[in-house]
Amino acid sequence: MKFAVIVFPGSNCDSDMYHAIRDELGEEAEFIWHTEKSLASYDGILLPGGFSYGDYLRSGAIARFSNVMSEVIKAAEAGKPVLGVCNGFQILLEAGLLPGAMRRNKDLKFICRQQKLKVQNSRTLFTNAYEEGEVISVPIAHGEGNYYCDEQTLEELKQNNQIIFTYHGDNPNGSLEDIAGITNKNGNVLGMMPHPERAVDSLLGSADGLKLFQSIVKSWRESHVVTA
Amino acid sequence: MYKVKVYITLRESVLDPQGTAVQQSLHSMAYNEVKDVRIGKYLELSLEKSDRDVDQVVKEMCEKLLANTVIEDYRYEVEEVVAQ
Repeated sequence: MKFAVIVFPGSNCDSDMYHAIRDELGEEAEFIWHTEKSLASYDGILLPGGFSYGDYLRSGAIARFSNVMSEVIKAAEAGKPVLGVCNGFQILLEAGLLPGAMRRNKDLKFICRQQKLKVQNSRTLFTNAYEEGEVISVPIAHGEGNYYCDEQTLEELKQNNQIIFTYHGDNPNGSLEDIAGITNKNGNVLGMMPHPERAVDSLLGSADGLKLFQSIVKSWRESHVVTA
Repeated sequence: MYKVKVYITLRESVLDPQGTAVQQSLHSMAYNEVKDVRIGKYLELSLEKSDRDVDQVVKEMCEKLLANTVIEDYRYEVEEVVAQ
């Protein structure tokens, strides 16, 4: 399976994402600069964390208008897996691929630490290797992860089981309903504030994030590789 | 030329943690009159005259990029100025 790791000016988790795919997952990955005009040859799209365009105006607001984003939207509409982590999540929100918006953390602090998450839905292409209700440990590192959406949107998220990860034990940033990660209605676009790509080896403190990438590959194989 | 002043604030329904922190600080300085603080953004744009309607253009820019209407409201003032 071939992944595109999209790189914007100011992305800083792109190498972690690349490392997770190539060295830990054992799949193909390539860095794709934001000016690229086609993503047709990639099976999965990864938007890494960082501070695209210095977070000017709002996090993700300027990156959302890069050339490559119309291709990301195309890939999402075609049903390809699209994962946005941290700033990648913020870009997906700004692009309208996911509903809602991010506010500053409720305590106004940039939080960087290990965080417990609960897997709320394990029947997605991103979480099928987890148990439903499983508690995992993944790092968070953000200043604007305070997820918000209106009541009607929240109701829809719940009804369609689009809330995939919630913060467990404590809510670090004040996000609505402890939301840490959501998918679109089709379930092929996931945005999450925590960093699974930084939790792919127990040497790094946790390997709990690896199953997320393994889930993507597993469901991709099931739909693309014909077994005799 | 037009000079456009754009004001962007968080929607009433959205909690403003920065505003709350500033309000608390003002209270600690004994400015107990302060009932609410909302922090926003102020942008100044200079626009060339074109055949497009200036209101339409400014609205579009606000909706598409300058404000995130999920959590923010915007308003603007347009002033006609002589180009220098």
